[in-house]
Amino acid sequence: MNDVCIRMEGVSKHYPHFFLDSICLELREGEVLGFIGANGAGKSTTIRILMGLVRQDTGSVQVLGHPMPAEQIAAKLDIGFVSEDMRLYGAATLAWHMNFVASMYPRWDQAYADKLLRRFDLKPQQKIKGLSHGQRVKAALLLALARQPRLLILDEPTTGLDPVARREVLAELMSVLTDEGRTIFFSSHNTLEVEQISDHVAFIDRGRLIALDEKESLLERWRRVRLVVPPSTALPLLPGIVEVAGTERLPVLTTSQFDPDVVSLCQNRGVTVQAVDSMTLEEIFVANVQSRRELQPA
Amino acid sequence: MLDTIRHLCILSIFIMHTGASRIVLSQTGGPLYQQIVNQLKAKIAVGEWVAGEEIPSIRQLAADLRVSVITVKRAYLELEHAGLIVTQHGKGSFVAADVAPGPEIFEQEMVGHLEEAARLGTTMGMSEREIVSRLRQALDETEDARFIPKSSKESL
Repeated sequence: MNDVCIRMEGVSKHYPHFFLDSICLELREGEVLGFIGANGAGKSTTIRILMGLVRQDTGSVQVLGHPMPAEQIAAKLDIGFVSEDMRLYGAATLAWHMNFVASMYPRWDQAYADKLLRRFDLKPQQKIKGLSHGQRVKAALLLALARQPRLLILDEPTTGLDPVARREVLAELMSVLTDEGRTIFFSSHNTLEVEQISDHVAFIDRGRLIALDEKESLLERWRRVRLVVPPSTALPLLPGIVEVAGTERLPVLTTSQFDPDVVSLCQNRGVTVQAVDSMTLEEIFVANVQSRRELQPA
Repeated sequence: MLDTIRHLCILSIFIMHTGASRIVLSQTGGPLYQQIVNQLKAKIAVGEWVAGEEIPSIRQLAADLRVSVITVKRAYLELEHAGLIVTQHGKGSFVAADVAPGPEIFEQEMVGHLEEAARLGTTMGMSEREIVSRLRQALDETEDARFIPKSSKESL
């Protein structure tokens, strides 16, 4: 099997108003992990710990075999990091930045950088302060991608991009992955794009990792089941129910452990299964978060 | 003018990234892996991909379609189970040697759907006659759909 690229074990961090609660997470080489969470859920804190920018209170973090933050300098040679609040020098041009980065990273690929310039529709002679938000994001991505790092850590890489640019960026991320030795960890609000390009999905809410799974198996296990219950018949107890909505006669159950046997199980008790609907990643995320918040109010 | 340029850009992006596989996925067309399975089946059925031909690797197709590796892997697994493709570790994926183009590709799927309909009908307590008449009814409802794609039928 592939090598482990990122491993976090029992990682916690206390802030006055926020607690990152024993995060355990593993990502193997050649895979894409989509990291989804609401605002303030702990996505950026987790990413900063991964990058060695913030020291965890407890727990261990290994990135590309290096303990973090102790060996962050060695690890960062092979990590491409792009975050929303990334600062480039406003008075300098993109070409200056490209030379600057190329001078530090021996694996810089100028031909690839030139291709990305065209693809991202960027002009190297333009000064950073004259760029729009979307252009700055694309410039930062270009600087990270052309270094050909083994691991890309991207904090909301597509936020603020127009649909065409977003499509280009996703296409570029996927073409990175034709090389099996490269790995992507990215956070996003956009569940549609996470659903599209990630192999694994992690949900974080209020500082806790509430799901970490293969995307396909997550999509396979969550279902909305629409039932017709005859009068004075009890709702059968089904596994993994996280939500019961609808009415008494026409309940709609959301389950995180759907099994096709449920259909015959219901029918044996006189309950008709009207429909079994698959759910989008967004629906799964929201249902998951809401059911947990009900169990553990803040 | 600007608009034309923008259109051309969008068009070129589209062609560039659909690449050699020429598969078009739709965000509202159901599960992505299922769309891939259906379109690859269709390619084999119409003979665009012939027996023994090498098809894109999982990673290559994922990059072309901008979808995750695991999604393409799942689609390939399903096609392997259906006996339509074979994947040789380290060598790549190929259309199975004994596959002949033609609508028979969909045979297995048809059997699956018919069995499912029969099973559902029985659990709903329908008689045999009722089930058959429901099938006829479904046939009537899709009548229009069956006759529209004449031109594409001819190209088969």
